[in-house]
Amino acid sequence: MRRGSNGPAARGKRHVNYTLDFGPVVAGLPDLLKGCAGTLFLAISGMAIALVIGIVGVVLRDSPVRPLRWSVIAFVELIRNTPFLVQIYFVFFALPLVGLRLAPTPTAIIALGLNGGAYAIEIIRGGVQSIHKGQVEAGFALGLNKRDVFRFIVLRPALRAVYPSLTGQFVMLTLTTSIASAIAAYELTSVAKLIENESFRSFEVYGTITILYFLLSWLMMRAFGLVSRRYFSYPVK
Amino acid sequence: MGWPEFLFLLEGMKWTIALSAIGFAGGGIVGLAVALARTSGRPVLERATAAYVSVFQGTPLLMQLFVVYFGLALIGLDLAPWEAVAVGFTLHASAYLGDIWRGGIEAVPRGQSEAARALSLGYVSRMKDVILPQAFRVSLPATIGFLVQLIKGTSLASIVGFTELARAGNMVSNQIFKPLLVFGIVGAMYFALCWPLSLYGSWMERRLAAPSR
Repeated sequence: MRRGSNGPAARGKRHVNYTLDFGPVVAGLPDLLKGCAGTLFLAISGMAIALVIGIVGVVLRDSPVRPLRWSVIAFVELIRNTPFLVQIYFVFFALPLVGLRLAPTPTAIIALGLNGGAYAIEIIRGGVQSIHKGQVEAGFALGLNKRDVFRFIVLRPALRAVYPSLTGQFVMLTLTTSIASAIAAYELTSVAKLIENESFRSFEVYGTITILYFLLSWLMMRAFGLVSRRYFSYPVK
Repeated sequence: MGWPEFLFLLEGMKWTIALSAIGFAGGGIVGLAVALARTSGRPVLERATAAYVSVFQGTPLLMQLFVVYFGLALIGLDLAPWEAVAVGFTLHASAYLGDIWRGGIEAVPRGQSEAARALSLGYVSRMKDVILPQAFRVSLPATIGFLVQLIKGTSLASIVGFTELARAGNMVSNQIFKPLLVFGIVGAMYFALCWPLSLYGSWMERRLAAPSR
Protein backbone atom coordinates (compact mmCIF):
# COMPACT_ATOMS: atom_id res chain seq x y z
CA MET A 1 0.00 0.00 0.00
CA ARG A 2 1.48 3.31 -1.03
CA ARG A 3 1.71 5.79 1.80
CA GLY A 4 0.25 9.25 1.31
CA SER A 5 2.90 11.87 0.79
CA ASN A 6 2.13 15.12 2.55
CA GLY A 7 5.63 15.94 3.74
CA PRO A 8 8.58 17.75 2.22
CA ALA A 9 9.20 14.82 -0.13
CA ALA A 10 6.18 15.97 -2.13
CA ARG A 11 7.63 19.42 -2.77
CA GLY A 12 7.89 20.20 -6.42
CA LYS A 13 9.90 22.71 -8.36
CA ARG A 14 8.32 26.11 -8.16
CA HIS A 15 8.70 29.08 -10.45
CA VAL A 16 10.12 32.03 -8.59
CA ASN A 17 10.33 34.42 -11.52
CA TYR A 18 6.74 33.99 -12.58
CA THR A 19 4.96 36.51 -14.77
CA LEU A 20 1.20 36.50 -14.82
CA ASP A 21 -0.34 35.71 -18.19
CA PHE A 22 -4.09 36.00 -18.55
CA GLY A 23 -4.02 35.16 -22.25
CA PRO A 24 -5.41 31.62 -21.88
CA VAL A 25 -8.11 32.93 -19.51
CA VAL A 26 -9.20 35.58 -22.00
CA ALA A 27 -9.19 33.05 -24.82
CA GLY A 28 -11.27 30.69 -22.71
CA LEU A 29 -13.73 33.35 -21.52
CA PRO A 30 -16.65 32.17 -23.72
CA ASP A 31 -16.20 28.67 -22.31
CA LEU A 32 -15.97 30.03 -18.78
CA LEU A 33 -19.22 31.94 -19.23
CA LYS A 34 -20.90 28.77 -20.49
CA GLY A 35 -19.47 27.11 -17.39
CA CYS A 36 -21.18 29.78 -15.29
CA ALA A 37 -24.47 28.86 -16.96
CA GLY A 38 -23.72 25.21 -16.15
CA THR A 39 -23.10 26.14 -12.51
CA LEU A 40 -26.37 28.09 -12.35
CA PHE A 41 -28.22 25.16 -13.92
CA LEU A 42 -26.77 22.74 -11.36
CA ALA A 43 -27.52 25.13 -8.52
CA ILE A 44 -31.11 25.93 -9.52
CA SER A 45 -32.00 22.30 -10.27
CA GLY A 46 -30.44 21.28 -6.97
CA MET A 47 -32.41 23.98 -5.13
CA ALA A 48 -35.70 22.86 -6.71
CA ILE A 49 -35.12 19.26 -5.58
CA ALA A 50 -33.93 20.50 -2.18
CA LEU A 51 -37.09 22.57 -1.71
CA VAL A 52 -39.33 19.60 -2.58
CA ILE A 53 -37.36 17.28 -0.27
CA GLY A 54 -37.47 19.97 2.41
CA ILE A 55 -41.26 20.36 2.31
CA VAL A 56 -42.02 16.64 1.99
CA GLY A 57 -39.43 15.89 4.67
CA VAL A 58 -41.02 18.33 7.10
CA VAL A 59 -44.42 16.68 6.60
CA LEU A 60 -42.95 13.19 7.08
CA ARG A 61 -40.86 14.34 10.04
CA ASP A 62 -44.07 14.86 12.03
CA SER A 63 -46.00 11.93 10.60
CA PRO A 64 -47.61 9.51 13.05
CA VAL A 65 -45.72 6.60 11.46
CA ARG A 66 -42.61 6.10 13.55
CA PRO A 67 -40.30 4.50 10.90
CA LEU A 68 -41.00 7.43 8.58
CA ARG A 69 -40.12 9.93 11.28
CA TRP A 70 -36.95 8.08 12.14
CA SER A 71 -35.79 7.73 8.57
CA VAL A 72 -36.18 11.49 8.00
CA ILE A 73 -34.13 12.18 11.15
CA ALA A 74 -31.47 9.67 10.08
CA PHE A 75 -31.31 11.16 6.58
CA VAL A 76 -30.85 14.69 7.92
CA GLU A 77 -28.17 13.68 10.43
CA LEU A 78 -26.28 11.54 7.91
CA ILE A 79 -26.16 14.27 5.28
CA ARG A 80 -25.32 17.06 7.69
CA ASN A 81 -22.43 15.20 9.28
CA THR A 82 -20.60 13.91 6.21
CA PRO A 83 -18.73 15.88 3.53
CA PHE A 84 -20.46 16.61 0.24
CA LEU A 85 -17.46 15.18 -1.60
CA VAL A 86 -18.05 11.76 -0.03
CA GLN A 87 -21.79 12.05 -0.72
CA ILE A 88 -21.31 12.83 -4.38
CA TYR A 89 -18.87 9.89 -4.78
CA PHE A 90 -21.35 7.64 -3.02
CA VAL A 91 -24.26 8.73 -5.24
CA PHE A 92 -22.02 8.45 -8.30
CA PHE A 93 -21.24 4.80 -7.55
CA ALA A 94 -24.61 3.89 -6.01
CA LEU A 95 -26.93 5.01 -8.83
CA PRO A 96 -25.67 2.44 -11.38
CA LEU A 97 -26.25 -0.30 -8.80
CA VAL A 98 -29.94 0.57 -8.57
CA GLY A 99 -30.11 0.51 -12.38
CA LEU A 100 -29.80 4.26 -13.03
CA ARG A 101 -27.05 4.95 -15.53
CA LEU A 102 -26.85 8.73 -15.59
CA ALA A 103 -24.33 11.19 -16.95
CA PRO A 104 -22.21 13.08 -14.37
CA THR A 105 -24.32 16.25 -14.55
CA PRO A 106 -27.68 14.66 -13.58
CA THR A 107 -25.82 12.65 -10.94
CA ALA A 108 -24.44 15.86 -9.49
CA ILE A 109 -27.93 17.42 -9.49
CA ILE A 110 -29.30 14.47 -7.51
CA ALA A 111 -26.44 14.68 -5.00
CA LEU A 112 -26.89 18.45 -4.64
CA GLY A 113 -30.65 18.02 -4.21
CA LEU A 114 -30.20 15.41 -1.49
CA ASN A 115 -27.60 17.51 0.31
CA GLY A 116 -29.61 20.73 0.10
CA GLY A 117 -32.78 18.83 1.01
CA ALA A 118 -31.41 17.72 4.37
CA TYR A 119 -30.53 21.31 5.30
CA ALA A 120 -33.88 22.54 3.94
CA ILE A 121 -35.76 20.08 6.18
CA GLU A 122 -34.02 21.46 9.26
CA ILE A 123 -34.57 25.08 8.26
CA ILE A 124 -38.22 24.77 7.15
CA ARG A 125 -39.02 22.75 10.27
CA GLY A 126 -37.85 25.66 12.35
CA GLY A 127 -40.29 27.88 10.47
CA VAL A 128 -43.20 25.46 10.82
CA GLN A 129 -42.59 25.24 14.55
CA SER A 130 -42.80 29.01 14.79
CA ILE A 131 -46.42 28.96 13.55
CA HIS A 132 -48.79 29.42 16.47
CA LYS A 133 -51.25 26.60 17.10
CA GLY A 134 -54.09 29.09 17.28
CA GLN A 135 -53.48 29.97 13.62
CA VAL A 136 -54.10 26.39 12.55
CA GLU A 137 -57.19 26.11 14.74
CA ALA A 138 -58.50 29.37 13.34
CA GLY A 139 -57.97 27.99 9.84
CA PHE A 140 -60.02 24.88 10.59
CA ALA A 141 -62.67 27.01 12.30
CA LEU A 142 -62.99 29.03 9.09
CA GLY A 143 -63.75 25.78 7.27
CA LEU A 144 -60.47 25.31 5.38
CA ASN A 145 -59.54 21.72 4.68
CA LYS A 146 -56.33 20.11 5.89
CA ARG A 147 -54.46 20.73 2.65
CA ASP A 148 -55.33 24.41 2.49
CA VAL A 149 -54.50 24.90 6.15
CA PHE A 150 -51.07 23.43 5.49
CA ARG A 151 -50.52 25.42 2.32
CA PHE A 152 -51.74 28.85 3.37
CA ILE A 153 -51.52 28.91 7.14
CA VAL A 154 -48.50 26.76 7.89
CA LEU A 155 -46.22 26.50 4.88
CA ARG A 156 -46.32 29.97 3.37
CA PRO A 157 -45.75 31.93 6.59
CA ALA A 158 -43.18 29.33 7.62
CA LEU A 159 -41.28 29.78 4.37
CA ARG A 160 -41.43 33.53 4.80
CA ALA A 161 -40.08 33.25 8.34
CA VAL A 162 -37.12 31.14 7.27
CA TYR A 163 -36.60 32.81 3.89
CA PRO A 164 -33.28 34.49 4.82
CA SER A 165 -31.68 31.34 6.22
CA LEU A 166 -33.11 29.13 3.47
CA THR A 167 -31.80 31.36 0.69
CA GLY A 168 -28.48 31.71 2.53
CA GLN A 169 -28.27 27.93 2.46
CA PHE A 170 -29.12 27.97 -1.25
CA VAL A 171 -26.26 30.39 -1.95
CA MET A 172 -24.00 27.95 -0.08
CA LEU A 173 -25.38 25.21 -2.32
CA THR A 174 -24.38 27.28 -5.36
CA LEU A 175 -20.82 27.44 -4.04
CA THR A 176 -20.92 23.72 -3.28
CA THR A 177 -21.55 22.96 -6.97
CA SER A 178 -17.80 23.48 -7.53
CA ILE A 179 -17.26 20.11 -5.83
CA ALA A 180 -19.27 18.47 -8.64
CA SER A 181 -16.09 18.90 -10.70
CA ALA A 182 -14.80 15.84 -8.79
CA ILE A 183 -17.11 13.67 -10.93
CA ALA A 184 -16.60 15.91 -14.00
CA ALA A 185 -20.12 17.34 -14.10
CA TYR A 186 -20.48 20.28 -16.46
CA GLU A 187 -19.94 23.44 -14.44
CA LEU A 188 -17.47 26.29 -13.97
CA THR A 189 -14.74 24.47 -12.05
CA SER A 190 -14.65 21.61 -14.56
CA VAL A 191 -14.31 24.10 -17.43
CA ALA A 192 -11.53 25.87 -15.52
CA LYS A 193 -9.73 22.57 -14.99
CA LEU A 194 -9.73 21.93 -18.74
CA ILE A 195 -8.26 25.35 -19.45
CA GLU A 196 -5.69 24.86 -16.69
CA ASN A 197 -4.66 21.48 -18.08
CA GLU A 198 -3.98 23.01 -21.46
CA SER A 199 -2.27 26.20 -20.33
CA PHE A 200 -0.77 25.43 -16.87
CA ARG A 201 -1.86 28.93 -15.85
CA SER A 202 -3.35 27.62 -12.60
CA PHE A 203 -3.33 30.78 -10.55
CA GLU A 204 -4.75 32.98 -13.31
CA VAL A 205 -7.52 30.50 -14.16
CA TYR A 206 -8.60 29.79 -10.59
CA GLY A 207 -8.22 33.42 -9.56
CA THR A 208 -10.53 34.46 -12.37
CA ILE A 209 -13.22 31.89 -11.66
CA THR A 210 -13.08 32.75 -7.97
CA ILE A 211 -14.19 36.24 -9.02
CA LEU A 212 -16.88 34.70 -11.25
CA TYR A 213 -18.17 32.64 -8.32
CA PHE A 214 -18.23 35.75 -6.18
CA LEU A 215 -20.32 37.54 -8.81
CA LEU A 216 -22.64 34.52 -9.15
CA SER A 217 -23.31 34.31 -5.43
CA TRP A 218 -23.84 38.07 -5.26
CA LEU A 219 -26.30 37.96 -8.18
CA MET A 220 -28.11 35.08 -6.52
CA MET A 221 -28.51 37.01 -3.29
CA ARG A 222 -29.88 40.00 -5.19
CA ALA A 223 -32.31 37.74 -7.07
CA PHE A 224 -33.52 36.18 -3.82
CA GLY A 225 -34.03 39.68 -2.43
CA LEU A 226 -36.24 40.58 -5.42
CA VAL A 227 -38.28 37.35 -5.10
CA SER A 228 -38.81 38.04 -1.44
CA ARG A 229 -40.18 41.51 -2.17
CA ARG A 230 -42.59 40.19 -4.81
CA TYR A 231 -43.80 37.00 -3.20
CA PHE A 232 -43.73 37.82 0.50
CA SER A 233 -44.86 41.43 0.40
CA TYR A 234 -48.23 40.91 2.06
CA PRO A 235 -48.54 42.58 5.46
CA VAL A 236 -47.33 40.67 8.50
CA LYS A 237 -50.05 41.72 10.94
CA MET B 1 -11.49 -4.63 2.27
CA GLY B 2 -8.87 -5.98 4.60
CA TRP B 3 -7.11 -4.79 7.72
CA PRO B 4 -4.26 -2.89 5.93
CA GLU B 5 -6.78 -0.86 3.91
CA PHE B 6 -8.67 0.02 7.06
CA LEU B 7 -5.45 1.09 8.76
CA PHE B 8 -4.69 3.26 5.76
CA LEU B 9 -8.09 4.95 6.13
CA LEU B 10 -7.38 5.51 9.82
CA GLU B 11 -4.08 7.10 8.84
CA GLY B 12 -6.05 9.42 6.53
CA MET B 13 -8.46 10.20 9.34
CA LYS B 14 -5.50 11.25 11.47
CA TRP B 15 -4.58 13.83 8.82
CA THR B 16 -8.19 15.00 8.63
CA ILE B 17 -8.19 15.60 12.38
CA ALA B 18 -4.77 17.29 12.28
CA LEU B 19 -5.77 19.57 9.42
CA SER B 20 -9.07 20.50 11.11
CA ALA B 21 -7.23 21.25 14.35
CA ILE B 22 -4.63 23.43 12.61
CA GLY B 23 -7.29 25.26 10.61
CA PHE B 24 -9.45 25.80 13.67
CA ALA B 25 -6.58 26.99 15.88
CA GLY B 26 -5.04 29.24 13.23
CA GLY B 27 -8.46 30.44 12.12
CA GLY B 28 -9.35 31.12 15.75
CA ILE B 29 -6.37 33.42 16.26
CA VAL B 30 -6.77 35.31 13.00
CA GLY B 31 -10.57 35.20 13.38
CA LEU B 32 -10.36 36.91 16.76
CA ALA B 33 -8.38 39.71 15.15
CA VAL B 34 -11.00 39.91 12.38
CA ALA B 35 -13.86 40.04 14.89
CA LEU B 36 -12.13 42.75 16.94
CA ALA B 37 -11.33 44.81 13.84
CA ARG B 38 -14.91 44.40 12.62
CA THR B 39 -16.27 45.85 15.88
CA SER B 40 -13.50 48.38 16.46
CA GLY B 41 -15.59 51.41 15.50
CA ARG B 42 -12.96 52.49 12.94
CA PRO B 43 -14.64 52.71 9.52
CA VAL B 44 -11.55 51.73 7.54
CA LEU B 45 -10.88 48.60 9.60
CA GLU B 46 -14.55 47.68 9.69
CA ARG B 47 -14.98 47.99 5.95
CA ALA B 48 -11.77 46.11 5.18
CA THR B 49 -12.71 43.17 7.41
CA ALA B 50 -16.29 43.17 6.11
CA ALA B 51 -14.90 42.82 2.59
CA TYR B 52 -12.50 40.08 3.75
CA VAL B 53 -15.38 38.12 5.28
CA SER B 54 -17.69 38.52 2.28
CA VAL B 55 -14.98 37.35 -0.13
CA PHE B 56 -14.56 34.11 1.81
CA GLN B 57 -18.30 33.65 2.29
CA GLY B 58 -19.06 34.40 -1.36
CA THR B 59 -16.60 32.00 -3.00
CA PRO B 60 -16.28 28.20 -2.87
CA LEU B 61 -13.83 26.75 -0.35
CA LEU B 62 -12.35 24.70 -3.18
CA MET B 63 -11.41 27.89 -5.07
CA GLN B 64 -9.92 29.42 -1.94
CA LEU B 65 -7.70 26.36 -1.56
CA PHE B 66 -6.68 26.46 -5.23
CA VAL B 67 -5.87 30.18 -5.18
CA VAL B 68 -3.88 29.94 -1.92
CA TYR B 69 -2.13 26.77 -3.09
CA PHE B 70 -1.02 28.21 -6.43
CA GLY B 71 -0.69 31.78 -5.13
CA LEU B 72 1.80 30.88 -2.42
CA ALA B 73 3.97 29.08 -4.95
CA LEU B 74 3.68 32.09 -7.21
CA ILE B 75 5.15 34.51 -4.68
CA GLY B 76 8.08 32.11 -4.34
CA LEU B 77 7.15 30.33 -1.11
CA ASP B 78 8.29 26.73 -1.32
CA LEU B 79 5.69 25.04 0.87
CA ALA B 80 4.83 21.38 1.36
CA PRO B 81 1.24 20.52 0.39
CA TRP B 82 0.11 20.26 4.01
CA GLU B 83 1.54 23.70 4.79
CA ALA B 84 -0.25 25.24 1.83
CA VAL B 85 -3.63 23.70 2.69
CA ALA B 86 -3.12 24.63 6.35
CA VAL B 87 -2.75 28.27 5.28
CA GLY B 88 -5.87 27.92 3.10
CA PHE B 89 -8.01 26.50 5.91
CA THR B 90 -6.66 29.05 8.39
CA LEU B 91 -7.75 31.93 6.14
CA HIS B 92 -11.12 30.27 5.43
CA ALA B 93 -11.79 29.61 9.11
CA SER B 94 -10.66 33.10 10.14
CA ALA B 95 -13.33 34.72 7.96
CA TYR B 96 -16.17 32.50 9.19
CA LEU B 97 -15.12 32.53 12.85
CA GLY B 98 -14.51 36.29 12.66
CA ASP B 99 -18.07 36.76 11.44
CA ILE B 100 -19.56 34.43 14.06
CA TRP B 101 -17.69 36.13 16.90
CA ARG B 102 -18.55 39.58 15.58
CA GLY B 103 -22.19 38.52 15.98
CA GLY B 104 -21.39 37.40 19.52
CA ILE B 105 -19.68 40.68 20.41
CA GLU B 106 -22.59 42.68 19.01
CA ALA B 107 -25.03 40.54 21.00
CA VAL B 108 -23.46 41.67 24.29
CA PRO B 109 -25.67 44.50 25.61
CA ARG B 110 -24.20 47.99 25.14
CA GLY B 111 -24.53 48.65 28.86
CA GLN B 112 -21.75 46.15 29.54
CA SER B 113 -19.30 48.08 27.42
CA GLU B 114 -20.47 51.41 28.81
CA ALA B 115 -20.18 50.18 32.39
CA ALA B 116 -16.66 48.92 31.72
CA ARG B 117 -15.78 52.33 30.30
CA ALA B 118 -17.31 54.06 33.29
CA LEU B 119 -15.07 51.93 35.50
CA SER B 120 -12.18 53.28 33.37
CA LEU B 121 -11.16 49.87 32.11
CA GLY B 122 -8.82 50.05 29.12
CA TYR B 123 -9.64 48.45 25.76
CA VAL B 124 -7.71 45.25 26.48
CA SER B 125 -9.25 44.67 29.87
CA ARG B 126 -12.70 45.69 28.64
CA MET B 127 -12.55 43.11 25.86
CA LYS B 128 -10.71 40.34 27.72
CA ASP B 129 -12.60 40.51 31.00
CA VAL B 130 -16.03 41.86 30.09
CA ILE B 131 -17.08 41.56 26.46
CA LEU B 132 -15.34 38.50 25.01
CA PRO B 133 -16.28 35.97 27.72
CA GLN B 134 -19.95 36.82 27.18
CA ALA B 135 -19.56 36.94 23.40
CA PHE B 136 -17.91 33.50 23.27
CA ARG B 137 -20.67 32.03 25.41
CA VAL B 138 -23.34 33.27 23.02
CA SER B 139 -21.48 32.15 19.92
CA LEU B 140 -20.43 28.72 21.16
CA PRO B 141 -23.15 26.75 19.27
CA ALA B 142 -22.36 28.53 16.00
CA THR B 143 -18.62 28.01 16.59
CA ILE B 144 -19.14 24.27 17.05
CA GLY B 145 -21.37 24.26 13.98
CA PHE B 146 -18.55 25.81 12.01
CA LEU B 147 -16.04 23.30 13.38
CA VAL B 148 -18.23 20.53 11.92
CA GLN B 149 -18.33 22.42 8.63
CA LEU B 150 -14.53 22.76 8.73
CA ILE B 151 -13.98 19.04 9.35
CA LYS B 152 -16.21 18.26 6.37
CA GLY B 153 -14.42 20.94 4.37
CA THR B 154 -11.01 19.36 4.90
CA SER B 155 -12.18 16.65 2.48
CA LEU B 156 -11.58 19.19 -0.30
CA ALA B 157 -7.86 19.15 0.49
CA SER B 158 -7.94 15.79 -1.30
CA ILE B 159 -8.67 17.59 -4.59
CA VAL B 160 -5.48 19.66 -4.34
CA GLY B 161 -3.55 16.46 -3.63
CA PHE B 162 -3.37 16.28 0.15
CA THR B 163 -3.78 12.74 1.48
CA GLU B 164 -6.47 12.89 4.16
CA LEU B 165 -9.48 10.68 4.77
CA ALA B 166 -11.36 11.36 1.51
CA ARG B 167 -8.26 10.88 -0.65
CA ALA B 168 -7.25 7.79 1.30
CA GLY B 169 -10.74 6.49 0.52
CA ASN B 170 -10.26 7.29 -3.13
CA MET B 171 -6.94 5.45 -3.23
CA VAL B 172 -8.31 2.38 -1.46
CA SER B 173 -11.39 2.40 -3.68
CA ASN B 174 -9.22 2.46 -6.81
CA GLN B 175 -7.25 -0.43 -5.46
CA ILE B 176 -9.95 -2.87 -4.34
CA PHE B 177 -12.76 -1.78 -6.73
CA LYS B 178 -15.43 -1.59 -4.05
CA PRO B 179 -16.27 2.11 -4.13
CA LEU B 180 -19.59 1.84 -2.29
CA LEU B 181 -18.11 -0.11 0.61
CA VAL B 182 -15.09 2.17 0.87
CA PHE B 183 -17.01 5.44 0.64
CA GLY B 184 -19.62 4.03 3.02
CA ILE B 185 -16.88 3.42 5.58
CA VAL B 186 -15.25 6.79 4.87
CA GLY B 187 -18.63 8.46 5.34
CA ALA B 188 -19.14 6.58 8.60
CA MET B 189 -15.73 7.78 9.83
CA TYR B 190 -16.58 11.40 9.08
CA PHE B 191 -19.94 10.85 10.76
CA ALA B 192 -18.20 9.50 13.85
CA LEU B 193 -16.11 12.69 13.99
CA CYS B 194 -18.89 15.17 13.29
CA TRP B 195 -22.04 13.79 14.86
CA PRO B 196 -20.93 14.03 18.53
CA LEU B 197 -19.90 17.64 17.87
CA SER B 198 -23.25 18.39 16.22
CA LEU B 199 -25.13 16.86 19.16
CA TYR B 200 -23.00 18.85 21.61
CA GLY B 201 -23.65 22.00 19.61
CA SER B 202 -27.42 21.63 19.58
CA TRP B 203 -27.43 20.67 23.27
CA MET B 204 -25.45 23.82 23.99
CA GLU B 205 -27.88 25.86 21.91
CA ARG B 206 -30.88 24.56 23.85
CA ARG B 207 -29.10 25.19 27.14
CA LEU B 208 -28.27 28.75 26.21
CA ALA B 209 -31.80 29.41 24.97
CA ALA B 210 -33.49 28.04 28.09
CA PRO B 211 -32.88 30.73 30.74
CA SER B 212 -33.83 33.62 28.49
CA ARG B 213 -37.40 32.37 28.10
